[in-house]
Amino acid sequence: MPPLKILTRRAAILAGFGGAGALIWNANSLTLSPSFGRVFDAVEEWTKLSQRTLLLPGELAREYSLADISPTFKANGTTNPGGDDYNLHVAQNFVNWRLRVDGLVSRPLSLSVADLHRLPSRTQITKHDCVEGWTAIGMWTGVQLGLILKAAGVSKSARYAVFHCADNLDGEPQKGGAQSPGQYYESIDFSDAFHPQTIIAYGFNGKPLSVPHGAPLRLRVERQLGYKHAKYLQRIEMTDSFAHLAGRRGGYWEDRGYEWYAGI
Amino acid sequence: MDVPHLAVALDPLSPAEGTRAVARQSPKMPIREIFYRHKALVRLTHWINALCILFLLGSGLNIFNAHPHLYWGRYGADADPPDQAFFSIDAFNTPAGPRGMTDIGPWRFDTTGFLGWSKANGEYTNRGWPSWLTIPSFQDLADARHWHFLFATILVVNGLIYLSWSLYRRHLQRDIWPTLTDLRTIPHAVLDHLRLKHPIGDAAKRYNVLQRLAYLGVIGLITLMVLTGLTMSPGFDTIFPRLLEIFGGRQSARSIHFLSASLIMLFVIVHLTEVMIAGPVNEIRSMITGYFTIRKDHQ
Repeated sequence: MPPLKILTRRAAILAGFGGAGALIWNANSLTLSPSFGRVFDAVEEWTKLSQRTLLLPGELAREYSLADISPTFKANGTTNPGGDDYNLHVAQNFVNWRLRVDGLVSRPLSLSVADLHRLPSRTQITKHDCVEGWTAIGMWTGVQLGLILKAAGVSKSARYAVFHCADNLDGEPQKGGAQSPGQYYESIDFSDAFHPQTIIAYGFNGKPLSVPHGAPLRLRVERQLGYKHAKYLQRIEMTDSFAHLAGRRGGYWEDRGYEWYAGI
Repeated sequence: MDVPHLAVALDPLSPAEGTRAVARQSPKMPIREIFYRHKALVRLTHWINALCILFLLGSGLNIFNAHPHLYWGRYGADADPPDQAFFSIDAFNTPAGPRGMTDIGPWRFDTTGFLGWSKANGEYTNRGWPSWLTIPSFQDLADARHWHFLFATILVVNGLIYLSWSLYRRHLQRDIWPTLTDLRTIPHAVLDHLRLKHPIGDAAKRYNVLQRLAYLGVIGLITLMVLTGLTMSPGFDTIFPRLLEIFGGRQSARSIHFLSASLIMLFVIVHLTEVMIAGPVNEIRSMITGYFTIRKDHQ
């Protein structure tokens, strides 16, 4: 073996172990480094691409039977938005609550809960997978988001549906340290927005949605983790980018480092 | 698979090609033989796998800390009944101050300082697993998930390369899969291991039955980790709903994921101990350069 080749191999081995050592030693600082964050973004993109490739269009998340419903359904995040406005809506049984649909649409809508009740409904018993690791199974009733979006006439340039919520979850700063407004928001793309199981739910386990679970309206997007299922919905904005929204990553938790594509 | 490459040169990186002769300083001296033990692909995938396991265990414990309770079945969100966790770590206020408690089934253990209530950055906090075991060392579910999925992806690609190569080159069938003769030597091998006796001479050229079973076991456990990991993904559950049936639900899958990780941790401890007993320099060098020195006292 020529000596040069030995040197190269030795150098490669040393570089490999050195690199691995540096990775372990610097794991904490790399975690917070914006440039290393691009590696994590690439992994998220790969997850989305692989899942979307394997998912047949319109393939449904598993639906369960009544007997499978879990005895308790944990309410996480905001369990009561509070404030004078919201408390008044609670006192009035949400008769004056409006869900606005606007942005890149040809016919902006303003829907009351009663309006939604008059539309065809879908009831589904699904599991709710929290990013923290827990699971609960519940029955949701509501209107398919696709139906609402078709009624609003979504523009060709729109790419995302953004959900603006009535709850404020401030507390945890954004990634990078900036304290953004803690107003909860979420977003999904058309693959989920027009999925048959993506509904604006007003009913839970056969009753009107309770305050801890997002009264009067919440999103169900069954192929993704719990934090995508925005509660206390006030407005659906059709848009082509997140640039104008809080931390610009498309959601309250996304602004705090969580994946926008929460399929895993 | 190629015929094992034998050489006598002491520099493991430049073996005298094709030599089978052995160096014999004096008739009483043990004969040393340098044996090409690990192929380049096995060595490379081994170290990549080791790095992945390290990051996956560390980030996995950080993720676990976001909800340090395990359940059996389809659902589970609360340690107390009716959901009832069978494994749970938490901190409680007691007259003697906050204590970390770990519940396993009906038993409760005080694990203050390690599980439930431990120091992070000099201050005691309510934390499932302690800071020094997790990646990153600070508690952050989002960041830990990033590391977890990065190394899970590398682990799967690396594992598939290793497995397909090993099947194609018959490494798996020949070197890992135990033969019936191997299985009959289990009691003998267990005794040898307990007496810290390690094979020498030609017997050291092949994996003994306990190694074969351990390596096969860890391949099985990593496969189980990947499958139960995917079962926790709502996206993959839609793609392969069978996964949920196989493992009995997302919470069972999560628990199996944790138990398999514990067994992998056990494997790592035993593996490293064996390396230390068998001769760390020779063993680690053989996994880097491929060459392993065999003592042949009994010939």
